[in-house]
Amino acid sequence: MRILVMTKPVPDPAANAERLGPNLRLDRAASPTVVNGNDEYGLEAALQLVERLGGEVAILTMAPTTGIETMRKALAMGATRGVLVADAALPGADIPTTIRVLASAAATQEFDLLLGGLDTSDGAGGAVTAGVAARLGLPLVSAAALIEPDEASRAVRVRRLSAKGYDVLEAPMPAVISCTQALGTPRYPTLKGIMSARSRQITTLSLADLGEELLPPDGQWPSRVLEVQPPPGRAAGRTITGAAADAAREIADFLADRRLI
Amino acid sequence: MAPMLLVVAEVADGQLTKLSAEIATLAAGLAASSGGSALGLVVDGAPDTAAAELAAYLPRVVSVSSAAAADEAWAPHAAAEARRLADEGVTHVLAGVTNDGRDVAGLLCGALGWGVLANASGAAWADGQLVVEAMVLAGKAITRSTVDGPAAIVTVRSGAMDAAERGTPGAVEVREPLGAPLVPAPRVLDRVAEAGAEASLEEAKIVVVGGRGVGGPEGFALVDELASLLGGVTGASRAAVDAGWIPYARQIGQTGKVVRPALYLSLGVSGAMQHRAGMQGSQTVIAINRDPDAPVGEIADLFVIGDLFEVGPALAAEIRTRRGA
Ligand SMILES: Cc1cc2nc3c(=O)[nH]c(=O)nc-3n(C[C@H](O)[C@H](O)[C@H](O)COP(=O)(O)OP(=O)(O)OC[C@H]3O[C@@H](n4cnc5c(N)ncnc54)[C@H](O)[C@@H]3O)c2cc1C
Ligand SMILES: Nc1ncnc2c1ncn2[C@@H]1O[C@H](COP(=O)(O)O)[C@@H](O)[C@H]1O
Repeated sequence: MRILVMTKPVPDPAANAERLGPNLRLDRAASPTVVNGNDEYGLEAALQLVERLGGEVAILTMAPTTGIETMRKALAMGATRGVLVADAALPGADIPTTIRVLASAAATQEFDLLLGGLDTSDGAGGAVTAGVAARLGLPLVSAAALIEPDEASRAVRVRRLSAKGYDVLEAPMPAVISCTQALGTPRYPTLKGIMSARSRQITTLSLADLGEELLPPDGQWPSRVLEVQPPPGRAAGRTITGAAADAAREIADFLADRRLI
Repeated sequence: MAPMLLVVAEVADGQLTKLSAEIATLAAGLAASSGGSALGLVVDGAPDTAAAELAAYLPRVVSVSSAAAADEAWAPHAAAEARRLADEGVTHVLAGVTNDGRDVAGLLCGALGWGVLANASGAAWADGQLVVEAMVLAGKAITRSTVDGPAAIVTVRSGAMDAAERGTPGAVEVREPLGAPLVPAPRVLDRVAEAGAEASLEEAKIVVVGGRGVGGPEGFALVDELASLLGGVTGASRAAVDAGWIPYARQIGQTGKVVRPALYLSLGVSGAMQHRAGMQGSQTVIAINRDPDAPVGEIADLFVIGDLFEVGPALAAEIRTRRGA
């Protein structure tokens, strides 16, 4: 089983310090960086599959070379090698460019499954994994909650989250899968994992390796933020304390006032 | 060139989803204010009812009856039909922020290379460009963004608009399916409904939410009891979902559903940014939490400091008493 996982470095949501810089782009210096949550769920699922079926898990990242630091965290979890696409022309890349670059980089690798996140905690575009499938012409199974490949029949079964529960889908491999929190909690790297991650290979590719035509023709990023505002605040409310029965009466009065009961 | 907006509609249980009706209303308004046009697309095994419903909002609806779209993953088929309409002059594609809608948006972006404006909570024209408003960074900021150029793909969040029908229904144009999906479409082997997942959270007027504080799956009995007494639907924080106490379909927040009910009542939810991202549009917020410093207190209209296992049952009893039951 060869699994390639697209892992994006994002500001650590736990630090709660994400912000846009003066250029209205994400201020990457404002916050420590981690592997995007949904990508980490995919990585965990990939590692468990390879532990059971044999094979390798590699990771693919498009980021400045500082992204290597975050890639080491994914390698410390158990991925065997990394591919980093880094190029001075890429920071600020929009969604279609990101899709073109990642699809071209993925095409340089051999894989049975290409995993990405359903979306990212910073951009939350939720378009890249499907877009890469379209560029590669591969089946897309999105919103995975369980991934069960069958090497004999070269097919993968996936539980896909639906509005009411889940659907069971089957696609031929190689396939592209977008991953969710429902895949389960990712492992913490062990000390041994952290040590061996240092020596694992990270191959760096530039646009010269992949093709400059991946950039938009005029060198412009067509989507841009015009304006940023704080979210509308909510007016301060009332606090109640005291015995449960009194509190219950106050809540019921409040609901009745607003015709909610 | 005048814009031509396409709404890629979704169907649930044979009917147009509420979100699709909202997006159609948004698109009709954008067409009117730009001197452009708007049309809808319904791709389904049995599209007739939903296509007629969509035509209440839009002057033109393309209806594609596709057995494959029902037996296989829907998005690759819907995206192929949308691409055909893009070839026929569509400049802006609008889809919902749902798993299916995002798949369509992503597939089309990969195929067409158009820019994407994601998670729109509103949209308007400025200097001939479509500008969308979106909440970003787990609700820390609202941005207005645009795509330079004549075409764009937009994903729209629920609640961006109230659905409003036009005076005269539009024309429904029935088309043969293309047959070939945009990418090979996985086969659907089974569709599984999980207990408690039937009622739509997004459409509920009242949502009662349990968090880690409810302590376990049994704690949701109290949440369910209050929800049914109030005529509402049960929701959950991610901590409760991750613990396996309740299915993911009930999760509210950045990575779950976005709700805007008349009443949001929570028990044992701390009110983390990522949770708020899914409920801060609620009209009235009541939170029961024993920690006076819980962040949910900052956004609650009524912040009840107390033990949910005491206040919750007392509230249920009080409501019963008032109803004389
Ligand atoms: C990328 C990302 C995406 C996320 N997406 C989401 C999302 O979509 N939705 C979401 O909800 N979260 C999301 N989260 C997680 C979020 O950050 C919080 O961890 C989560 O919302 C916490 O859930 P909680 O409030 O139930 O639990 P906690 O934060 O543990 O809070 C439990 C609360 O219960 C109270 N409590 C305990 N016992 C009682 C009692 N007996 N009576 C009264 N009160 C009691 C406590 O005082 C506490 O305030 C996301 C996180 C990340 C990093
Ligand atoms: N720069 C990147 N490097 C690696 N993977 C990425 C990158 N951007 C997006 N992805 C992948 O695409 C998924 C969806 O991203 P998005 O569409 O931006 O929300 C992520 O969860 C990643 O798996």
